[in-house]
Amino acid sequence: MMDVASKVLRQVPLTAGYWLLELEAPALAEQAFPGQFVHVRVPGLEQVSLRRPFSIFGAKDGVLKILYKTVGRGTEQMNRLIPGNILQVIGPLGNGFPLEPKGVPVLVGGGYGVAPLCFLASRLSRPGVVLAGGRTADDVLAIEQFESLGWPARVATQDGSRGERGLVTVLLDRELERLKERGEQAELYACGPDGMLRAVGARAIAVGCRGWISLDKHMVCGVGACLACVQNLKREDGTMWIGRVCHDGPIFEAREIVW
Amino acid sequence: MEHVKQQPMRNVDLSVDLGGIRMKNPVTVASGTFGYGQEYAELIDVTRLGAITVKGIRLQAWPGNPLPRHVEVSGGMVNAIGLQGPGVDGFARDYMPFLRGAQVPVIVNIWGTSEDEYAEVARRLSDVEGVAGLELNISCPNVKEGGHAFGTDPRTVASLVAAVRRATRLPLMPKLAPNVPDIRVFVRAAQEAGADALALINTLPAIVIDIETRRPVLANKVGGLSGLAIHPVAVKLVWEAAQAARVPLLAMGGIMGPEQAIEFLIVGATAVAVGTANFIDPSTPLRVLDGIEAYLVKHGMRSVKDLSGSLVCG
Repeated sequence: MMDVASKVLRQVPLTAGYWLLELEAPALAEQAFPGQFVHVRVPGLEQVSLRRPFSIFGAKDGVLKILYKTVGRGTEQMNRLIPGNILQVIGPLGNGFPLEPKGVPVLVGGGYGVAPLCFLASRLSRPGVVLAGGRTADDVLAIEQFESLGWPARVATQDGSRGERGLVTVLLDRELERLKERGEQAELYACGPDGMLRAVGARAIAVGCRGWISLDKHMVCGVGACLACVQNLKREDGTMWIGRVCHDGPIFEAREIVW
Repeated sequence: MEHVKQQPMRNVDLSVDLGGIRMKNPVTVASGTFGYGQEYAELIDVTRLGAITVKGIRLQAWPGNPLPRHVEVSGGMVNAIGLQGPGVDGFARDYMPFLRGAQVPVIVNIWGTSEDEYAEVARRLSDVEGVAGLELNISCPNVKEGGHAFGTDPRTVASLVAAVRRATRLPLMPKLAPNVPDIRVFVRAAQEAGADALALINTLPAIVIDIETRRPVLANKVGGLSGLAIHPVAVKLVWEAAQAARVPLLAMGGIMGPEQAIEFLIVGATAVAVGTANFIDPSTPLRVLDGIEAYLVKHGMRSVKDLSGSLVCG
């Protein structure tokens, strides 16, 4: 964990409202692990604005990549950054995904939830499949990156504008069925809206495979000190505890999470 | 930001005595904004702090409030964490080893739902090696049972401070509520009941409404406002408190850099605590420390004690 001054290298427009921010952050990128996040102080906001957490989309050759959507004051200001601007970045934070799946990795992403999954696909010990969902075609991101890694990507959109019409869980049910027919075990990795995460977790429990869920909560400190982003959790022996998503997570196994 | 330790400039004495808590410099952190110290240890050199003030502790483990627990507002934030914590025994077992290793005075913020509970927590902490003093939380706006209920009636404050005083010989520092008609009444009540120092201010009770849903944003509805927005309010209260106080004051409320801390010292604080700014820039307490030292040198002062209460009026 470090707090580093990072230089903006470029902003790459993706689909409408989505951007890829590339930062020069060699020490941080070196340590970064799929599923971890960074806590960014966005320059140009009021001096007293809180930091914003972002999943790490990629970390390679000294460059840290963040995928973001302009949704509010923080991300809109972030979008005004130009190459050469400096921003303070704390990271890498959080626990990250396990990289040694017991079965075929099935990555399930909703909207910009694909961000940590893309980094994950580049580091997993075995290839698998990615299932990406979104409201419209504009919310389906980074498919080419997965394909360039040799991962097949299947897409579902709620309005049918790209891939199949419907929720990404329709694709997941079909994938799980296919693996079952082949006698193969799955291992699920998910990042996206809470409803999707809950549905993916329920399927991991139903089919008896592991499901790694990346939780997204509003954060303040990002380092486990303030207790703003807590989550009720359950141990294997059934005892309950309160975890900090920023420090004990953001990745939890489906059976740990008490929704 | 990699924080470069500045060389000691001249013979500037930064040490202070906060009612028996001996600090090598006047800068600590506000309870609840710095966890138990270890969370920030990779980001700043916590051993440079004058003291570490930890998150509020009661007798048993406590779950805190449902989410959302915070919301950002212009000039700061409103929080209603609800004093989630491991209980006094869990704290001593899980968090004190790191803090003892840091070789920095540890101020433990304590709370309860009755005088007996406050006294029992104080009694147990008296036996824990490495605890330098107790900050009595009588002003948290976020828990119904304890905290604030004690802090807005001077008779209750006096009775509670006296009860804890009987339970421990550790330095006692009640943290006063800001939303009272006359802070001096509370200053006198607390010090006459045996307080060794006073901390102020706690967050200001606040509420934020989501205009789309027309509901309060926080699950607890009400929270505490902190950050730069409350700084001038805090300075006024510390200034008033200093007029009635015989004991040293620990001042906090919106310190974002050295300037705000120096204001507090000028109006009469002995030491200062950095709170919300830790979330934005974890190096703030050390920047504040270096800034105070530079200010003393620039103004030809040999000791931070010369700055405390140096307000020029008229």
